[in-house]
Amino acid sequence: MIKNAPVLIIVVPLLASLINIILGLRWRALSFPLMLAALSVSAASSFIALNTVIDSGTIHYRLGGWAPPWGIEYVIDHLSGFVAVIVSFVSLVIAVYTRKSIEREFPGKTVYFHSIFLLLVTGLLGIVVTGDIFNIYVFLEITSLASYALVAIGPDKRAPLAAFNYVIMGTIGACFYLLGVGYLYIMTGTLNIADLSRLLPGLYHSPVIQVAFAFFMVGIALKIALFPLHRWLPDAYTLAPSAVSALVASTMTKVGAYLMIRIIFTVFQPFFSIEVLPVMNLVGWVAAAAVIFGSGYAIAQTELKRMLAYILIAEVGYIVLGVSFANRTGLTGSILHILNDSFMMACLFLAVGAIAYKTKNTNIASLSHIHKTMPITMAAFVVGGISVVGIPPTAGFFSKWYLVLGAIEAGKWVFAAVLLISSLMTAIVFFRIIERVYFTAADPGHGKSARAVMDEAPLGMLVPVLVMAVGVLILGLFSGRIITTVIQFAVPSVF
Amino acid sequence: MEVLCSARPLQAVLVSLVAAFLILLSGERHKNLRETWTILAGVIKFSLVASMVPFILDGKVLEYTVLTIAPGLLIQFRVDALGMLFGLTASFLWIITSFYSIGYVRSLKEHNQTRYFASFAIALSATMGVAFSANLFTTFLFYEIITICTYPLVAHKETPEARKGARRYIAYLLGTSVAFLLFAIFLTYNAAGTLDFSPQGILAGKASDSMLIVIFVLFMAGIGKAAMMPFHSWLPAAMVAPTPVSALLHAVAVVKTGVFVVVKVVLHIFGVNLLKDLGLGTALAYFASFTIIVASIIALRKDNLKARLAYSTVSQLSYVILGVALLTPSGIIGGVMHIVLHAFGKITLFFAAGAIYVAAHKSDISQLSGIGKKMPFTMAAFTLGALSMIGMPPLGGFLSKWYIALGSIEAGQWPILAVIAASTILNSSYFLPIVYAAYFKEPAAEHRQYHGVRSELHTPNSELKIHEAPALMVVPLVLTAIGAVALFFMPSLVFDLARIAVTSVTGGN
Repeated sequence: MIKNAPVLIIVVPLLASLINIILGLRWRALSFPLMLAALSVSAASSFIALNTVIDSGTIHYRLGGWAPPWGIEYVIDHLSGFVAVIVSFVSLVIAVYTRKSIEREFPGKTVYFHSIFLLLVTGLLGIVVTGDIFNIYVFLEITSLASYALVAIGPDKRAPLAAFNYVIMGTIGACFYLLGVGYLYIMTGTLNIADLSRLLPGLYHSPVIQVAFAFFMVGIALKIALFPLHRWLPDAYTLAPSAVSALVASTMTKVGAYLMIRIIFTVFQPFFSIEVLPVMNLVGWVAAAAVIFGSGYAIAQTELKRMLAYILIAEVGYIVLGVSFANRTGLTGSILHILNDSFMMACLFLAVGAIAYKTKNTNIASLSHIHKTMPITMAAFVVGGISVVGIPPTAGFFSKWYLVLGAIEAGKWVFAAVLLISSLMTAIVFFRIIERVYFTAADPGHGKSARAVMDEAPLGMLVPVLVMAVGVLILGLFSGRIITTVIQFAVPSVF
Repeated sequence: MEVLCSARPLQAVLVSLVAAFLILLSGERHKNLRETWTILAGVIKFSLVASMVPFILDGKVLEYTVLTIAPGLLIQFRVDALGMLFGLTASFLWIITSFYSIGYVRSLKEHNQTRYFASFAIALSATMGVAFSANLFTTFLFYEIITICTYPLVAHKETPEARKGARRYIAYLLGTSVAFLLFAIFLTYNAAGTLDFSPQGILAGKASDSMLIVIFVLFMAGIGKAAMMPFHSWLPAAMVAPTPVSALLHAVAVVKTGVFVVVKVVLHIFGVNLLKDLGLGTALAYFASFTIIVASIIALRKDNLKARLAYSTVSQLSYVILGVALLTPSGIIGGVMHIVLHAFGKITLFFAAGAIYVAAHKSDISQLSGIGKKMPFTMAAFTLGALSMIGMPPLGGFLSKWYIALGSIEAGQWPILAVIAASTILNSSYFLPIVYAAYFKEPAAEHRQYHGVRSELHTPNSELKIHEAPALMVVPLVLTAIGAVALFFMPSLVFDLARIAVTSVTGGN
């Protein structure tokens, strides 16, 4: 088991997804436990793999025993192990949540849902653990196709259209990525990341390689909805079923950010993007624009999920901004933020999902005094919100701490200011909601009838929300330990 | 300086946090149990804080590291004389305020009392956290917790007006702290590589002069809780809160947290010598002077009693900053003592305002004519509090003013002496008319008629009858007024602590 952990991370959910279709149609009740079991194995394998990496360094796993560059190699180092643990754990928690929410939204179709859900997680984990850039493309498409399907089944009539927009933009992004892969293959004859990393420096001044890099960046930017390529995201994430929004918001963009870090700092050596093709400044400005734009638009929203979608766009900007500083502190902040943001987004989206489950209405204006019926959900929401604003001791503060320090170290004062200003903007977003919920009485018309009777979502939904909220509260306090055991080795050693 | 390792500061912080949970668990159904937790936590907290006093007087320092999150980010407590002075004041006054609170919210049948008491308890936890923090990170952590957990108290009434006030409150406090204070902390860490408070300061020689000035300005702008102009307008806005909140939090805990952090930054981050070299102390002193004078002038024009008291607080807070900014031993002693002495005076005034509101439903100064006869205890206490604000002997306020004045002479800043004189005149002219009207003016004519009609139905001569607020409210305000007097005659504890604090930063001369 321990030796095969790297491959189990992916194979188990992949097989489970297929078995589920066959098995689940006959015995529907088995479908959900099967999904949970598969994801638990996957999460356990991720933990084991990361532990092995911490103890004894990078794991190279040759699929089918074929040596690279002919065979496909799975590589788990500190960075990929870290992201794999986040993705597998968060998706496991969200899987628990889907039981109640999906049963209600799609009675009778849960089996298909579970299969696609598993497929989506498989794809995400595949991107993370594989050491082959074409293999990444394959997993990227598995993920994307699964997510198109999951978005399209959203309860709203507009969901298919949003999914269609998403398909188009996602496909364009995938094309750019694939072109980049093709160019690299033409120039080097290999798809293995370790090989590429060795072969590419001699070719850095070739225009083909530089164009390939640009294609990678644009492709990934589309996939992670980096401003100004974000247009597909708000609709898609707003109209998807709540559990799906939570999953894609907390894992997909993070894996995309992981991929960006991989391309910039592993496939290409750091000095390519710093000296040969100095794009870091441009990337920084784009990310800063994403942060400000996302936070600004979030203020203007009147519906909770759409507001969170814009917050997510800003959060993606944070991660990319940290990457653009190209120093150890900034990158530490980015990688830490992958973890923190994953928990924050899951916490917020799941909480909103619980509210939608109970009230069928997530307009901010209609949330007055909802804390009287759903005190725990709202408390979790507030914790998540405070973390987004970046107030200690919540997790969000600590990644922001490293990001701002990174900006100061890099001498990029404007970006330090951008980070702090966005904190203020998100403070407006969340305190507006807090004021609406806790301190504004509902319409006098039916004020009395809504006397404090607790009416929370079922436990199956409430517990995941709580797990994430507690995670947001606790993780920050372990930031130092996470950095010293994992993240400091995940940052390229040249910094 | 001897350093002792002790978990007592942590316990002092945690005790009211635990109480907050118990308060929430008890809920509205078990009111008396819930109030018991508040009182119990208050007493335990004060005993814990007081039990550390002998060590501090011995010149020792108590230290406790709770958690090392990352390099530079430690949750750590260190109790020194300065923090003790603040912690002792806040925890003592919390006990008294708790009784007063119970009287106040029950008389007015306030809604959501559980939330009120729980937020109050958390606020006190965080205040202790600031008072005993050993580094800027811990300070910032608790500073923000105070902001967030007092927000429900300001918005308590849930009226549009309360929401508006609370919005301004959170916007100013959170806004300044994130935009400026946090930025200053980043720059400090970047320059000094540490955030630890040190009696000598940590920034000397660590950055260029212009950078140091930038950091200092960011700090002063970022500590919005000190209510220095132009970031003061949240304090009058916060007066929409119930009066006990205004009394303890917006005259003692929250605002004193602000000036306390200013004092910490001046003495323990920059250090006396560095600020003298940069000339920033003088600049800060004049800035504070501006606030003192202008806020007093605004106070003159306010007819709402709590609004006048709020502007008086804005003005008095800057006394603390002024005293410390003089950077002379007497000035610092005066400033630091003023944290305590102003607290006793101002909390009495707010208590009195609340008692008048509960007993007579009056909140404007112009309605207070003749109230001294109806509420003799309250108004006597009010008078003492007002005299302490003005700085008249034999009241505590005199001592701190005296030392600040001495400090300005030591520093050779004669204009500052004039500022103190002018502000004393202004203080008298916005407090004494209230006292005069209360005792010597007849109630306004239409009021008398209105009351006359009602009193004929009930009891004749109700004008002359004593109609005080409930004892739960009157006793506390009498106690704090006595405290303000007692501090004049027995200032030794306050003075000793202030002296130890000053000796540690000036090196004994």
